[in-house]
Amino acid sequence: MNDAATADANAVKSTRLQLGDVDLELHRGGKGPTLLFLHGGGGFDPKAPFAAKLARDFDVVAPMHPGFGTSSLPFWMDSVDDFVHVQLELMERLDLRDVVLVGASLGGWVAADLATKNAARIKKLILVSPVGIKVGPREKLDIPDIFATSADDLLKLTSFEPEKRKPDYSKMSDEQVRIVARNKQTMALVAWEPYMHNPKLKHRLRSINRPTLFLRGSHDNLVTGGYVDAYAKLIPGARVETIQNAGHSPQSEQVDEFVSRVAAFARG
Amino acid sequence: MRTFHFSEGAFHHLPEERDYASVRVSMPNRYYDPKIGADLYHRYLDEWLIADDLGLDIMVNEHHQTPTCVDPAAPLLLSILARQTKKARLLILGNPIANRNQPVRVAEEMAMIDVISRGRLECGFVRSVPYEVPAANSNPNRMTERMYEALDLIKAAWTHHDGPFSFEGRFFHHRCVNIWPRPYQQPHPPIWISSSSASGAQQVGAAGHIIATFHTGFDGTKFVFDNYRKGWAAAGRKGEVTDDRLAYSALVYVGDTEEEGRAGAQKLLWYLSHNKVPTHFRNPPGYNSLDANIKALRTGKVGTREPGFVPDLDHEISTGTVFCGTPDTVYKQIKSFYDHVGGFGHLLSMGQAGFLEHEDTVKSLKLIAKELDPRLRELKVTREAAE
Repeated sequence: MNDAATADANAVKSTRLQLGDVDLELHRGGKGPTLLFLHGGGGFDPKAPFAAKLARDFDVVAPMHPGFGTSSLPFWMDSVDDFVHVQLELMERLDLRDVVLVGASLGGWVAADLATKNAARIKKLILVSPVGIKVGPREKLDIPDIFATSADDLLKLTSFEPEKRKPDYSKMSDEQVRIVARNKQTMALVAWEPYMHNPKLKHRLRSINRPTLFLRGSHDNLVTGGYVDAYAKLIPGARVETIQNAGHSPQSEQVDEFVSRVAAFARG
Repeated sequence: MRTFHFSEGAFHHLPEERDYASVRVSMPNRYYDPKIGADLYHRYLDEWLIADDLGLDIMVNEHHQTPTCVDPAAPLLLSILARQTKKARLLILGNPIANRNQPVRVAEEMAMIDVISRGRLECGFVRSVPYEVPAANSNPNRMTERMYEALDLIKAAWTHHDGPFSFEGRFFHHRCVNIWPRPYQQPHPPIWISSSSASGAQQVGAAGHIIATFHTGFDGTKFVFDNYRKGWAAAGRKGEVTDDRLAYSALVYVGDTEEEGRAGAQKLLWYLSHNKVPTHFRNPPGYNSLDANIKALRTGKVGTREPGFVPDLDHEISTGTVFCGTPDTVYKQIKSFYDHVGGFGHLLSMGQAGFLEHEDTVKSLKLIAKELDPRLRELKVTREAAE
């Protein structure tokens, strides 16, 4: 692909940022308006094609949440609210302005919560298959229980083409596999109970006064279309776009489509 | 050495293994027949009462959402036994306090049982096995930290006698703790904790509580007890660790003949073979170490025993998971185990499981009480063997 030739795979560089007692792993690269990418439960891969492609149009800032990747996790932290405060401080410290805030899955929860607390540095908000609210009936989980689902079934729920996304742990280093395990662990720490949501968030979303776009993959059976529509209705003026032939991570399964939707919304 | 009669109180009339996904957490309770269940509760309680009559001690435990141990509230069974038994020490192993959000309530329950039994409570605490986590909806992260903080609060509740105190910890917060009754035993009942990891055993040793380990066999148990001793010494505790600090649980069946002993033990193996549990229930994220998870991700396996495991009696005897045979044979097996691990003071004898019927359970209990227990009480470490 021509896109691959023009996207520098090493455009995003790794660095560290100390925020109080959190030693944060941070990736940054590219030129243009600032895009703060908040990853989901799987963490952030700086070599991911979508990151390099975004870096052609944006100054991409991609921190690892505490407890993900190699970011430290202080004992006092245990919630998405903690992550929100870390990101607010990060924007302040790096003096990020007019930020296009993109959050995927768990990161979407962080981004939405952040925007209800302090959107001063945010220009636009993009939520990719976000979790974080409870809108369905009391007797049914809005998000299927990922902690009671086998790895294979979870892959099927979250992928357009599961077999292509199956990780090969035998080809990864111990350190890489350790990070996968650690990411799962921290996900459970913050999303266990209440499961995948903060009961208060849906009541606060009405205060978000930034242009907001929801993106979701057509084949995402973890975060359903109905859930995303209900989420979008709670944020004034928000709209939903569906990316065809993608699951829970359209940024991975339809890279170009994802990048162009993000760029178009950021420009518009 | 003291011997505690232990049964998980199973509802053993299960469907075929291929007909269910997991024996723990998610098996529909339509398979539970309350009429049969009532008979089983009475039967298991009778067996504990017989153990008491025979001069043995008693152990109960707790699991949730499983037919393998239909005792989701061990303090309820224990409260019946506190009233109906006369002499037995009553061990609960244990209270899953990383999964209970009211440690003060646990302190109250245990104090009640200690008082009703006139000071016969042996009070155990467990982090609990991984498949307890979904049932309790308890976060699998930081369970050890929660357990020890809860234990600190429980000990404080047991030992404060001058009116309310407050507690503001990392996990638990109380402004006014002042339990009634206070424990019968002073300053409080003996505290037991189960652990099988190096760091866990060292932590129990450092605190000086009684450690219990289950089915860990010759070398696994020595590893646990050695780490306990290491933690004990590192904390600056005086003297050597005595047998009364160490407990081991095995499947035990004693018969008149070797054949009878083996036949009973063969039925006890039901407990080991009926544990079909999928990986996601055996390995909730945060429960096991990152190292264990690297292995789990690469191999898809967690722990040593996989679903479909068919135990072999001779193998289980050779590893020290099962003690069975005539009283003399069982004594020799336990003595050999005892010397290998450097001594222990409590045998947590799983003497009933699966299809082992009441009469057979009682027969073994009688032989244990009459022929085995008097010899076990005299056990001393043969130091040469221990070295």
